[in-house]
Amino acid sequence: METISIIVLPVIVLTIIIYGFSKKIDIYSSFLKGVTEGLKICLEIFPCIIAMIFAVNILSSSGIIDFLFAFAKPILKKYSLSTDILSMSFFRPISGNASLAILNNIFKTFGPDSFMGRIASTIQGSTDTTFYVLTLYFGSVGIKKTRYALKVGLFADLIGIISSFIIVYLFFGL
Amino acid sequence: MVNILWGSFILIGIIFSFFNGRIDIINNEIISSSKTALNLMMEILPLIAVWTGLMKIAEDSGLLNLIAKKLGFILRKLFPTIPESNEALGLIASNVAINMAGLGSVATPFGLKAMKELQKINPKKDTASSAMITFLVLNTSGVTIIPTTIISMRMLYNSVNPTEIIITCILATTLASIAGLLLDYFIRRKNGNN
Repeated sequence: METISIIVLPVIVLTIIIYGFSKKIDIYSSFLKGVTEGLKICLEIFPCIIAMIFAVNILSSSGIIDFLFAFAKPILKKYSLSTDILSMSFFRPISGNASLAILNNIFKTFGPDSFMGRIASTIQGSTDTTFYVLTLYFGSVGIKKTRYALKVGLFADLIGIISSFIIVYLFFGL
Repeated sequence: MVNILWGSFILIGIIFSFFNGRIDIINNEIISSSKTALNLMMEILPLIAVWTGLMKIAEDSGLLNLIAKKLGFILRKLFPTIPESNEALGLIASNVAINMAGLGSVATPFGLKAMKELQKINPKKDTASSAMITFLVLNTSGVTIIPTTIISMRMLYNSVNPTEIIITCILATTLASIAGLLLDYFIRRKNGNN
């Protein structure tokens, strides 16, 4: 399994380059165009990241998350987890940058290769900000009644989060 | 939504720290948090840039289109209410394909265009159609194959194997998508596909 993870990226890059050559397009200038777009995207999300890290770090260093999730501590401790993982699961559907800020804190405290770090990585990678996408997509075409959309979206997120715990446990152990 | 959330994070955090005796930590955090944000940005920026570059090659060479066409076959089954000639299916396919590459923000313009097309064939303009909801589920359960941002953050914190979470992400995201689409399918069937 580990080898699959290692070869995914090289194989994708290889495919893109070979396909580009076979279609005889100017892959170099396409690449440069894309990089410029990517830098623009980064410039656009940078203010959001500053804003969210500012707010989330104030919230999490106040200790309120520990206080609210104190009831779950004994169970979490058994699996060498902390309450950060719960707050991340809670914030993931609401704000991508907020959960990214928590992910950053988890990596800083526990390391990316810890059980916590791996679960947090998988949660961040397997779910999306349902509230944001819902607001943006439906808002853009003026839809007010969203019917069962939120319910289904959050259900998918919940399954994603639960399976992250189970899959990481099965793959890497504690 | 984000507005209220952001403000209340700061309010709750500072007020709680008064009771908790952690105001000195908050004080530090106010000064140093933007530096944390800059470090994070410095680390994810290069990888996002390289990845959008590679994706541009895939787009210009028609590889992305090819994948979108292959996906279109599956998508047609998921969206029975969209007429086959409608532009929405192609846009949805591009959106999903780019999302798979871990480029959520690049995928958004395609998604918004797809919503516009879906709105054209929506009989009730202020109410979400079932096709829109299915699209949303597909989008939010996050079919991601390369989680670009996470890999670069893992590198920032010296992970021994930054890409080791690719497989766990793919598995979890697949389960989430299947669960969401199944629930969506059952609700739709109960409503008679409207």
